[in-house]
Amino acid sequence: MTELTYLKAFNDGLRQMMDADPDIFVVGEDVARKGGVFGSYTGLIDAFGERRMVDTPISEQAIVGLGIGAAVCGLRPVVDLMFMDFVLVAMDQLANQAAKLKYMFGGSARLPVTIATNGGAGLSAAAQHSQSLEAMLCHVPGLKVVMPSTPYDMKGLLIACLRDDNPTVLVKNKRMFGVKGDVPAELYEVPIGEARVARPGADVTVVAYSRMVTESLKAADELAADGIDCEVIDLRSVQPLDIETVVSSARKTNRIVVVHEAVRFAGLGAEIAAQVSEHAFDYLDAPVARVAAPFAPVPFSPALESRYVPDASRIAAQIRTTLDRA
Amino acid sequence: MTGLSHEVLRDIHRRMVRIRLFEEAAGRIFEAGRMPGFIHLYVGQEAVAAGVCAALRDDDQVSSTHRGHGHLVAKGGDLSRMMAELMGKATGYCGGKGGSMHVSDLDLNMLGANGIVGGGVPIAVGAGFANKYRASGAVSVAFFGDGATNIGAFHEAANMAAALELPVLFVCENNEYAEYTPRDQTMAIADVVERAAAYGMPGTKVDGMDPVAVFEATTAAAGRARAGAGPSFIECKTYRYYNHHGVQTLGMKYRSDDEVQQWRAKDPIPRHEDLMVGAGAMTPDGIEAVRAEIAAEVEAAIEFAEQSPLPDPDDLLADVYSGPAGGRQPLPPP
Ligand SMILES: Cc1ncc(C[n+]2csc(CCOP(=O)(O)OP(=O)(O)O)c2C)c(N)n1
Ligand SMILES: [Mg+2]
Repeated sequence: MTELTYLKAFNDGLRQMMDADPDIFVVGEDVARKGGVFGSYTGLIDAFGERRMVDTPISEQAIVGLGIGAAVCGLRPVVDLMFMDFVLVAMDQLANQAAKLKYMFGGSARLPVTIATNGGAGLSAAAQHSQSLEAMLCHVPGLKVVMPSTPYDMKGLLIACLRDDNPTVLVKNKRMFGVKGDVPAELYEVPIGEARVARPGADVTVVAYSRMVTESLKAADELAADGIDCEVIDLRSVQPLDIETVVSSARKTNRIVVVHEAVRFAGLGAEIAAQVSEHAFDYLDAPVARVAAPFAPVPFSPALESRYVPDASRIAAQIRTTLDRA
Repeated sequence: MTGLSHEVLRDIHRRMVRIRLFEEAAGRIFEAGRMPGFIHLYVGQEAVAAGVCAALRDDDQVSSTHRGHGHLVAKGGDLSRMMAELMGKATGYCGGKGGSMHVSDLDLNMLGANGIVGGGVPIAVGAGFANKYRASGAVSVAFFGDGATNIGAFHEAANMAAALELPVLFVCENNEYAEYTPRDQTMAIADVVERAAAYGMPGTKVDGMDPVAVFEATTAAAGRARAGAGPSFIECKTYRYYNHHGVQTLGMKYRSDDEVQQWRAKDPIPRHEDLMVGAGAMTPDGIEAVRAEIAAEVEAAIEFAEQSPLPDPDDLLADVYSGPAGGRQPLPPP
């Protein structure tokens, strides 16, 4: 084990996988010489050269399309989309091509392409550089979407994505790049589609992913002082979803609060609430609650943005409300 | 006169006739209401797919369009599996999951017809990237229409291929229409090929009703790409005989009978047959024999498709993912 940052865990995992598999290459804007605008790929150009670290024109459709074509021909591309917001620019290639080729071709295609991108608000990056668009991606059959909340999961989920024969989207949270944690030196996988119980508890279940896990754990600590025992589930993958872990917990605690940075309307919370009511309706002592961003674009000014993005105190407040319900 | 060998001339001819007879049959079945969905027939444009694919190696990839049957046939596609797919049968190329707009054969390096105009162009660029990455010497071809050159994906892909010096051939089948809109209404240039210059790639304009011209342009562009000199653009002036989709034009008349007749007079198949006879590559009897053989192949394909079972509805969820979809479902309540 070594202590690594969230970003370094990505970099390390990728470097080890590129060492192991000559079919892996990275393609995107400013990934090679610059090492990515956030430093995700720092140093990889020195290790792997321009053949495997490819700087491209600003052409999100063609970058993703290049990944698809190369993957269909047997390579294992890592496609970098600088900001998650830019997924929208490449949506045809992602949703109509990558996600569907295998099915449309009756199963004959394999698409081992990993889209790595950076989401989340909180940096005054405003409405076009801060979004959490995972619900849009989750809605498309054929894609897998992972959203790690720790350096350990970052490396393990990245490796799982790189080994997966399907198009996967790995979303880093921009505010977590410097977060440190223990990361094994060897290659290991965090299986896609398996949640983890980040904190066991008995009174209420908080379901979160990505940076909202950290905020939920903070809220749980705060409530523990008042004798409230929260269970926090980190989904880790949002497509496929480990609804079993959520439902088992709901049947135990009888109360569920879902937390995400994405807007509430038609977000992951809606899907989780629906599935919990399908599978654990008789166990619930309160309606499934959601703590999420309001239905507005992400604002610029810190004064507005801090109101927009959920945090530990709002999560704690919602947990208290959910528990107050008789 | 052409410098092509008799063997190549016969090869091109066979590819064109296979497309023509397959498409005519598919059109008849469609018009008779025995084929679901909609089909975009390739009839009239055979010289392009045949001329290009005859000049390719087996390991060269092609990406295609909504008008994609001809590209798969020209790549050596199996007519029975194609016809079965068009009819939505389990034995079709895609097991009935794709249909006309998604016929594909990855074993033949045909990377699929595509329902999104321009959608296949970046994918061909990715195939070209893989070829360069592996130094395989293979090239990839993006087939697309004149209309597709107005969509962003085309421009991104063309620029990308040129910037990264990838072995890609951009083959534009300019049939002068995008659905029902004539080309001169949608672009302010006389020839689509003018766009190539903007990306720094060489472009040529060829008679797309002449498979030999197409073959020669493709050979030159592929040779250039294989030598590491990057992508090229070939504009083939051609025409589709039938409606944008299906056979007959219903409702609005968007082109004159005269225009259709003028293009039909340039039909690539009899023209190529005359050339072969003149060159001593084939006799009229030999040509008749080829046509009869392919007609029988098409009849057998129809028979195969009609006799084939429909897909099992239980296969609906197969092939969404490679391997298990993942995730975990809840256990029933204790
Ligand atoms: C992105 C997109 N826009 C519109 C359509 C509808 N559409 C299908 S074919 C077509 C015309 C395409 O024209 P062209 O590229 O010249 O090909 P052609 O049909 O002439 O072979 C259109 C508009 C589509 N399939 N995809
Ligand atoms: Mg056209």
